[in-house]
Amino acid sequence: MSDMPTPNPDQANRKLALKLVVVAVVMVGFGFALVPLYDVFCDITGLNGKTRGQALYTAKTVDKERSIKVEFMAESARGMPWVFEPVVRSMRVHPGEQYEVTFLVRNKANEAITGQAIPSVSPGEASLYFNKTECFCFEQQLLAAGETLEMPMRFFVDTQIPESVHTITLSYRMFNISEQTDASVAKQ
Amino acid sequence: MSAVIEEHHDHHDHKPTGLTRWLFTTNHKDIGTLYLWFSFAMFVIGGLFAMVIRLELFQPGLQFVEPEFFNQMTTLHGLVMVFGAVMPATVGLANWMIPIMIGAPDMALPRMNNWSFWILPFAFTLLLSSLFMEGGAPNFGWTFYAPLSTTFGPPSTDFFIFGVHLMGISSIMGSINVIVTVFNMRAPGMTLMKMPMFVWTWLITAFLLIMVMPVLAGAVTMMLTDRHFGTSFFDAAGGGDPVMFQHIFWFFGHPEVYIMILPAFGIASQIIPTFSRKPLFGYASMVYATAAIALLSFVVWAHHMFTVGMPLAGELFFMFATLLIAVPTGVKVFNWVATMWKGSITFETPMLYALAFVILFTIGGFSGVMLAMTPVDFQYHDTYFVVAHFHYVLFPGAIFGTMAAVYYWLPKWTGNLYNERWAKIQFWLQIFFVNLTFFPMHFSGLAGMPRRIPDYNLAFADFNMISSIGAFGLALTQIIFIAVVIGCIRGKRKATAQVWEGAQGLEWTLPSPAPYHSFTTPPKVD
Repeated sequence: MSDMPTPNPDQANRKLALKLVVVAVVMVGFGFALVPLYDVFCDITGLNGKTRGQALYTAKTVDKERSIKVEFMAESARGMPWVFEPVVRSMRVHPGEQYEVTFLVRNKANEAITGQAIPSVSPGEASLYFNKTECFCFEQQLLAAGETLEMPMRFFVDTQIPESVHTITLSYRMFNISEQTDASVAKQ
Repeated sequence: MSAVIEEHHDHHDHKPTGLTRWLFTTNHKDIGTLYLWFSFAMFVIGGLFAMVIRLELFQPGLQFVEPEFFNQMTTLHGLVMVFGAVMPATVGLANWMIPIMIGAPDMALPRMNNWSFWILPFAFTLLLSSLFMEGGAPNFGWTFYAPLSTTFGPPSTDFFIFGVHLMGISSIMGSINVIVTVFNMRAPGMTLMKMPMFVWTWLITAFLLIMVMPVLAGAVTMMLTDRHFGTSFFDAAGGGDPVMFQHIFWFFGHPEVYIMILPAFGIASQIIPTFSRKPLFGYASMVYATAAIALLSFVVWAHHMFTVGMPLAGELFFMFATLLIAVPTGVKVFNWVATMWKGSITFETPMLYALAFVILFTIGGFSGVMLAMTPVDFQYHDTYFVVAHFHYVLFPGAIFGTMAAVYYWLPKWTGNLYNERWAKIQFWLQIFFVNLTFFPMHFSGLAGMPRRIPDYNLAFADFNMISSIGAFGLALTQIIFIAVVIGCIRGKRKATAQVWEGAQGLEWTLPSPAPYHSFTTPPKVD
């Protein structure tokens, strides 16, 4: 501090400036750390509606008292020439019971395309209780020109799901990831 | 300490001349002047972009520009005004005033000071050159939300990214300099709680800058790698999340709004006591209120994104945290009013600007309180009501604060008095036009006019025409402003050291104009 005579003010200045540079660098790191923090936070709270990975179905109890409406949506992202739709658009399910539904895709383009479906559950909190035991979204799809594919998806809703949830919407968006996969193939 | 400084400085006591004086200067007054002129140049360029916007919005339908170009104008207007006009203006004031307010001979790190200024012209050359590129300038709004700026951004987005990197480096270096100067260079006896409010608000601003500019740099770096290096930070197809971009951006963005307004708070806290001829009411509470605002600014960011689909708990938290900021802000406003209470007030131009600042900033604060309430924000979101709100806190807030500072300290900088008559004419015209421009936007916004759209429903025609007329008038008043400033620089009427009858503080003990090297021997502060 300037109140006291400092032997070398330049050195004191450099020292404090360096400390502040460290703060700035740490804050760059913090900016990047927000990415995994965000993922962890969303995973715990389910806020962004992302579903978790593959679940195991261990049949315990089925809550026949409750019936929840599950809606299915499917659409292709921009630049994705696939027809993508659910066979069943909505159904009623009992928590604890496993169900299977089917989604249809058809490649309209005259070349092979790799697709990746990204799921999202609304309301976000329901994503914590929506378990998929088998899903096409766990892997990529490679469709030849004009090819059609029926894709199964098996799921069950956890019996612990809050009473306030009456409807769950599961939405899939199909992205064209041919470029990324080509690049990774080229690298290998 | 004083002996060391004298030794350090006495070998170049005279002023260097010519272009190299400005290129190589390490003098805080020169660098402050450079910042202020640069800021004014950017204010003019950003203002021209605003004129294009208001011209297109003068009538419904598309008359003058293509929607694509209109989007480039809204984007560049925002970026240039925020990073080019408002922020460098306050940094310029900090450079000029902080050393002579705390009795320091110069900024602590003069060479870095030179560097942090001279980065800026390069940063804005990068940004503005994008206007002449194939595909046009960035067109995704100053908030550059992904995927608009990543997947769908024009090729020139990369120039924008590197421009933002440079601006960030410049701001971080500038704020490191301020912090080191304030901590290490104060005159003997100038304790932290004796510092002028402007120094305090800038110290807190500098900490905000160091905390959030790196986060912004991180965000644009993620954009860069998403665009070119196959990462998927913001790309859902690769497992990323575009909403996360908004979280990271506003984690920077909300403290950023206080970075722009806190120095203006400090300026008002200097000027109001001077012209009320009373010390600032509640000095300590002013310091704590400023610190409280800065701390709260880190936990309110998501109020900019209530409509992304947040859970109720999140909406409630961010709503209440935001409303809480009204408390320290209210403390400040009441302190300014209490400072004037029973004071012998005179209304010279700096005081008029400071008063207009208090009143109009408070209007902007009130519309901010309205926007903070989640349920109504769903209606206001992305409408002209938001535009009205942030222009009220930025134009009659930050920019009026800067203009108040310029009028207040101009005699100290130049040694001459400015033309009070023309300054007052400029003030009254500007306050008329600023309200004519931005007040009707409240109404068009409440009626549902969306922002960033070149065409609009006929129902909004009258409000938009009024706003456009106001904007053209507002632009013209800037010509008077610069004429008054130049007139003062070339002026004949000499100012005294104290300039203003009620002025207190170390800067007024220096002769006018302030000598090129000042306080080489630290003053005594009681």
